[in-house]
Amino acid sequence: MIDRSKPPVDAVDRTKPLVEMRDISISFGGIKAVDHVSIDLYPGEVVGLLGHNGAGKSTLIKCLSGAYRKDAGQILINGQEVEINNPRDARDQNIETIYQTLALADNLDAASNLFLGREIKKRGIVDDAKMEAEARKIMGRLNPNFRKFSVPVSALSGGQRQSVAIARAVYFNAKILIMDEPTAALGPHETQMVAELIQELKAQGLGIFLIEHDIHNVMKLCDRASVMKNGQLVGTVNVKDVTDDDILGMIILGKKPAHLAA
Amino acid sequence: MSDQGLSAPGTAQRRSVIDTLEIDVRLLGMLMAFAAVAVVFTIWTGGTFVGPRNVFNIAVQTVPVAIMACGMVFVIVARHIDLSVGSMLAMCSAIMAMSQTTWLPSVFGTEYGNPAVLGVTVVIGLAFGTLMGAVTGWLVGYQRIPSFIVTLGGLFVWRNVNWFTTNGQSVSLTDPNLLMFGGTEGVLGATASWVLGLIAAAIAVWAIFASRRNKQSHGFIVKPVWAEAVMAGLIVGAILFFVGWLSRYPIPEAKLKRLFEAKGVVMPEGYTAMHGLPISVLILIAVGVVMTVVARKTTFGRYIFAMGGNPDAAELSGINTRALTVKIFALMGFLCALAALVAQARLQSHGNDIGMLEELRVIAAAVIGGTALAGGVGTIYGAILGALIMQSLQSGMAMVGVDTPFQNIVVGLVLIIAVWVDIIYRKRLGLSK
Repeated sequence: MIDRSKPPVDAVDRTKPLVEMRDISISFGGIKAVDHVSIDLYPGEVVGLLGHNGAGKSTLIKCLSGAYRKDAGQILINGQEVEINNPRDARDQNIETIYQTLALADNLDAASNLFLGREIKKRGIVDDAKMEAEARKIMGRLNPNFRKFSVPVSALSGGQRQSVAIARAVYFNAKILIMDEPTAALGPHETQMVAELIQELKAQGLGIFLIEHDIHNVMKLCDRASVMKNGQLVGTVNVKDVTDDDILGMIILGKKPAHLAA
Repeated sequence: MSDQGLSAPGTAQRRSVIDTLEIDVRLLGMLMAFAAVAVVFTIWTGGTFVGPRNVFNIAVQTVPVAIMACGMVFVIVARHIDLSVGSMLAMCSAIMAMSQTTWLPSVFGTEYGNPAVLGVTVVIGLAFGTLMGAVTGWLVGYQRIPSFIVTLGGLFVWRNVNWFTTNGQSVSLTDPNLLMFGGTEGVLGATASWVLGLIAAAIAVWAIFASRRNKQSHGFIVKPVWAEAVMAGLIVGAILFFVGWLSRYPIPEAKLKRLFEAKGVVMPEGYTAMHGLPISVLILIAVGVVMTVVARKTTFGRYIFAMGGNPDAAELSGINTRALTVKIFALMGFLCALAALVAQARLQSHGNDIGMLEELRVIAAAVIGGTALAGGVGTIYGAILGALIMQSLQSGMAMVGVDTPFQNIVVGLVLIIAVWVDIIYRKRLGLSK
């Protein structure tokens, strides 16, 4: 559950970067999937990551979420250099990831998925009733229509599955949230729900990396956008300063728009 | 049921009773299959099949396969397979046979039959089984060799290391302390069995209502009290019937005389004693209960199911799936050693072919019991029931004089039909694509 006792928005220092990824490189079998890319993220900010399929944005972000290990470069969280070698390390840094493929165990119910890897225990045994009660609380806030607590998540719709995945990231007080196309599988109503949630989390001072293909969503939700092409960073722009076409140009041509390039 | 007036009569009513009781339909199907086997053979044998003596024998014969099937559920749920369990059983049996008859007596200078030697032997056997399993798990988890390959190799390797361990000879085992683990030589008698049965029944009832209280404390809707009572009644009835039935199987007079002579006393005239629960069956029940708790109530069990449901999700959730794989196979190895202890005690010897082809029976038991080879789905009680159904079928066919080859044909067909029926059932329910 989001910690309401957190300092008010104004108290979050928005001038110091939450995440700095410096000069990150990673190759697979000689192919440079990410080639010396640097991006950063401030508290209360949404940074969109854009690019064609295979541009390297998912690979880059997986170095932060611990799914991949970077070959070279530095990751700084709150100005401190950290080693992230696996998803457990990322969790220790309060980094939560919502994957495109949702990363849910289909055979388990919503509560088991929400708490997977961080179960609530009572005298050494898993306390399912307590976890279900907590799951009901958070789901009541994220998706009030959600009722299916006692069935495996394979029986849920795409939107319902997505809300389980989001609940998991939100419940554990994430400071840094990575969302890999969170609305790809969703209908318009559910997309709107996710948009509102992003605004709310942002207001609470979380930093969010949003991997997104839909330029409209980027323009609507993001503060800045970093565009990648062929494993390299094309550039990072303030969304306010550019148009849809400018960003599209960066994605397709791999060049910053003329009025910003100077 | 408050909505009685709303539900349509007939089928809807019946379905809602099963729903209200929250009985797993799959379990119900297996119980019905088991009941059908029992009824057919009871009629065919004129009642001998369900006699206390045969129930006792079936229970005792089921134990080794059922113990291993419990471990196999975890292995298969985690999307792996273990083809080496029969050979691991033989290997553990060889180690235990040699250490109790030859190695330990020569180290400690004791005679065969010393209880301390047996104690150390059991520890060695269980440790060796766990180690064998852990090696398999390391090759599968950390070196990423498919479990099918590792354990197929293990099947050949351990079967033949077993041969070298005993120089290809059978080892006769006569230590009464060992034979206790085998079945007929180790029984509790009627009184102790009843006491244990009543305790178990009390625990079962307590567990049902404790779980109900816990759910209520979080404000969840629970089953109506009558439904809980029916379930508790069914479970208590099953426990007490089983105990009572085995407590009606008398120990033969000649054997009682021998036991009294061994103590140096003359048996009183008209003395009788009943078998009651065999120790080996108690071991199986303990394994079944512990494994069920592990599967449902520990993070270890939860992670196994998560890994079977979606290995990537498990890994990304911060679960160390490699270490988990080692633990799963180590547990399988431990249970093979336990099964080896029971098997060699029952056969009163270690032979080279002990546990031969058991891997297939173990896998079959798990699969008949509803464990899905695709991973993620399976229950411990299902696997034990699967082993019991197979053993009952075989025992029943043997009793009515069906030839061994035909027995095996039937068991093979039952395996296929069990999975077939399950697929049809899941399709109807829309559970599978």
